[in-house]
Amino acid sequence: MTQSILRDIKKAAKKSLKAREDELANTQKQLEVLNGELFSSGELPYFKDKIAKSGQFPLKPKTLEVLQINVGYMCNQVCAHCHVDAGPDRKEIMTRETMEQCLEVIRNTGAHTLDLTGGAPEMNPDFRWFVEEASKAGIKDFIVRSNLTIILANKKYHDLPEFFKKHNVHVVSSMPHYTRGKTDKQRGDGVFDKSIKALQMLNEVGYGKPDSDLRLDLVYNPSGAFLPADQTAMERDFKKALKEDFDIDFHNLFAITNLPISRFLDYLIASDNYEDYMYSLVEAYNPTAVENVMCTNTISVSWDGWLYDCDFNQMLDLKVASKVKHIKDYNDDVLNNREIVISQHCYGCTAGAGSSCQGTVA
Amino acid sequence: MANSYYDPADLRKFGNITEWSEELGNKFFEYYGKVFEEGALSAREKSLIALAVAHVVKCPYCIDAYTKDGLQRGITKEEMMEAVHAGAAIESGATLVHGVQMMNKYEKLSM
Repeated sequence: MTQSILRDIKKAAKKSLKAREDELANTQKQLEVLNGELFSSGELPYFKDKIAKSGQFPLKPKTLEVLQINVGYMCNQVCAHCHVDAGPDRKEIMTRETMEQCLEVIRNTGAHTLDLTGGAPEMNPDFRWFVEEASKAGIKDFIVRSNLTIILANKKYHDLPEFFKKHNVHVVSSMPHYTRGKTDKQRGDGVFDKSIKALQMLNEVGYGKPDSDLRLDLVYNPSGAFLPADQTAMERDFKKALKEDFDIDFHNLFAITNLPISRFLDYLIASDNYEDYMYSLVEAYNPTAVENVMCTNTISVSWDGWLYDCDFNQMLDLKVASKVKHIKDYNDDVLNNREIVISQHCYGCTAGAGSSCQGTVA
Repeated sequence: MANSYYDPADLRKFGNITEWSEELGNKFFEYYGKVFEEGALSAREKSLIALAVAHVVKCPYCIDAYTKDGLQRGITKEEMMEAVHAGAAIESGATLVHGVQMMNKYEKLSM
């Protein structure tokens, strides 16, 4: 029975939850699941109570280090695990006006890292203009999260490796596995071969080479209802396999836990893995990971300029608990006084060695 | 009472065995944890050995646990199946090697 459900998910996964008018496209519905019986019955503790036990409630921000900007939910892929519910049918993209407001903040922020994400950020028609302008702001680490296949999706994207190099962009790319089967299962047929080709193109212009300043890191998400293993061991396996099989070099591997929201939540429920997965997350709870969880040093900006504690809260439409809620009113001091908004999905960032957009945290 | 000898949810309660014998339970889990750390063998190799043994001792809890553990470690399904065959080969070999005993006995008893 599970197999047939999974086939249905795969078939449906050609479209976003939103385009399918799935009830889980509604963030309220997702929050109802996350606050549901598993937690309300006391079987598992609420995240709030768990961190209170180790004296870590309320979660408060530390110094802002990372400004993460989501320039739109449009994407050339429809990955089964996507927490953004991104896809070709998503039309929400950042306007140049909002980008101007972001630039104003980028020029004045103390954050050392600017992190552009999506969807496929490159699909925003103002993406290149934005990168050119932002790269002038003198931010130390300028990340673009690229899904790799976009580089090969259309002729107009073929020069992206050169473009990234020109602006000294730090490329962070998703690569769920070093074998074809697992990659394509999660991200779609043909994604593995295209990703390999894109990585080779990035290597050709100097990205990811052992002594190169052109940083190329990979992101690993488990392709299923299980947690990532030790990041160092995974990195060793990825490096060996990609070098031996495809002569590919990269710098670091970030192991990121899938959070139970959006399409991954849909998958967990449909495959009858939700309860076990939440147990796994809660059992792997690590107070040390809470110390360094990414919402304590990050602000996430949505395509329409709203501010969130992280990209996951953005997808659940849980805006920052602050008087300042929009990029146009941005103020470091006011925002720094906020309490971070939490729910049960937060267990995803505190499991095991912890998880953030920069990999493990503990 | 459960109407089946095995309940998948019982695997989560494995740690509860310490409740009725704290010292022995803790000693076991400490030993168990130590065994599967990186050592002369990698944790990845030990996970595959555990998966093979899980099949040989036919422990459904262990099969669930080490299939998941293998997935987490990025072990491929081909590697997992080969490990199961390694276990099965030893198990069937262990049966078949007794054939020699049968042959010996047969010869001894026969004129």
